[in-house]
Amino acid sequence: MIKVENLSKSYGPVEAVKSLSFEVNDGEIVGFLGANGAGKSTTLKVMTGFLSPTSGNVYVDNLNIFDHEHEIQKKIGYLPELNPLYVDMKVFDLLKFHASVRGMNDKHFKTALERVVHDCGLSGVIHRNVGDCSKGYKQRIGLAAAMIHDPEILILDEPVTGLDPNQIVEIRQLIKQLGKEKLVIMSSHILQEIQATVDKIIIINNGELVAEGSSDELIASAQGLAQLKLELTGATEDGIQEMKAFIPSVSIHSINSNDNSSLVTLEYEYTSDPRKDIFDYAVKSQWSILEMSQSKTNLEDVFRSLTQKGDQGNA
Amino acid sequence: MHNTLVIFKKELKSFFNSPMAYIFLVIFALVTGYFFTNTFFLYNQSDMRALFSIVPLVYLFFIPAVTMSLIAKEKSVGTIETISTLPIQDRDVVLGKFLAGYSLIIIGLMVTVIHYITLAFVGTNVDHGAVLSGYFGLILLGGVYSAVGIFSSSLTENSVVAFIIGVFIVLIFFLLDKTLIFVPDAFAGFVQYLSVDFHLSNISRGVIDTRNLVYFGSVIGFFLFLTTRIVESRKWG
Repeated sequence: MIKVENLSKSYGPVEAVKSLSFEVNDGEIVGFLGANGAGKSTTLKVMTGFLSPTSGNVYVDNLNIFDHEHEIQKKIGYLPELNPLYVDMKVFDLLKFHASVRGMNDKHFKTALERVVHDCGLSGVIHRNVGDCSKGYKQRIGLAAAMIHDPEILILDEPVTGLDPNQIVEIRQLIKQLGKEKLVIMSSHILQEIQATVDKIIIINNGELVAEGSSDELIASAQGLAQLKLELTGATEDGIQEMKAFIPSVSIHSINSNDNSSLVTLEYEYTSDPRKDIFDYAVKSQWSILEMSQSKTNLEDVFRSLTQKGDQGNA
Repeated sequence: MHNTLVIFKKELKSFFNSPMAYIFLVIFALVTGYFFTNTFFLYNQSDMRALFSIVPLVYLFFIPAVTMSLIAKEKSVGTIETISTLPIQDRDVVLGKFLAGYSLIIIGLMVTVIHYITLAFVGTNVDHGAVLSGYFGLILLGGVYSAVGIFSSSLTENSVVAFIIGVFIVLIFFLLDKTLIFVPDAFAGFVQYLSVDFHLSNISRGVIDTRNLVYFGSVIGFFLFLTTRIVESRKWG
């Protein structure tokens, strides 16, 4: 379990992280979301012991980062931003180096090597120089180095940058797989990536926490009502108004009728889904549905509204 | 200790994985060999004084070149973040890297033993003790310069800048006792004590005094300590 408590970090006069608090439990995959410069990487760097907090503290399994930095580092596998690697080493040597620092003996290393080579798909490059590998391979080498000691916690700073769509899917599956038993924190500014992978999202802006929750929760909290666009033929305005009596959860936002069809916009609580009822009602009333589409608020809208709100608050 | 060794092995291996080590060893052997044999036959004496006077000069440039990227490169590539977030003490990293650079310097010095072997075969009345203490002095000198080199490498992320700073500091140590005539008498003893040449000349004469050993040990320790503090200072950046 990781607990970040009132964490602040300043670089000279610039306050990168301001009194940030959150908790992450074991077996959770958490997405750390924020615009560039929001303080994501700084927070992760403090959590891994690369930087010291200006104030506040980080607890990992109740060990605090000031007194137990090395114990915490032993539990963590970290893939830094931009994935820096020793390019003049062979992939095997690099993994061996990480294993040795982690205190693994040869036998232990051999099984771990088989595991990460399989999981990260490195069998083709294991005897190559790191510098000669493609960007996608380098990313996977970085990931393999971070998980060679089978850590309880994986902290991945933008793990999928530079990968092609197929590799992204592979890495995403791998992270999901790992997240079943480990605590995974991954940062990204690619919203689809976060949405597809994580259980819980933490959005920060200007170094402050602006939202926390699952992507559905965030979307629900950002906008209370979902909209449904309907295009109907054979429906009268009165008939549509009557429908409301049968499906009380919807309210009618607008009706535009022309000669052939009616364009209707309905609104309802995000948590309810009355589409089936509407369909059944339309069939019963002998209306034909030409189009029915639910316009969902996506995470992108949530993100934009939250981060821009923060900017205005600061101005 | 284990981690120091892991870092040491990794660094030494990366020296020999790149052309760096070979270029250093070959050029070092050529340069010292040239200057040694050049004057050796003029003196017509079976000693290695010519070598022992040229190596400190060659070290002035070679050691900062070997050590310049030890930490600077980690900073510029970003791997400093990888290595600092592994469960290793910063002092183990610094010590391991220092020992790796230092070992390469010692390996280079050992190449010149070939001159000694030649001398032992063809020379007469070779003073083996003087040769031995001469080498001992150069090994200690290499340690001081390597410690200065890794220190300057920790100051910047640019290897070239690290090299220039390294040469500058090493030059100060080298020149200190040549400035003695400009120094007021009250400080002369102190300045002389700081000068590396003063201690080196004692050892080269065959006088191995603990005062000199303490000097070399503490200068090396001092610079490694400073380097560790600088590496740690990233945390509060």
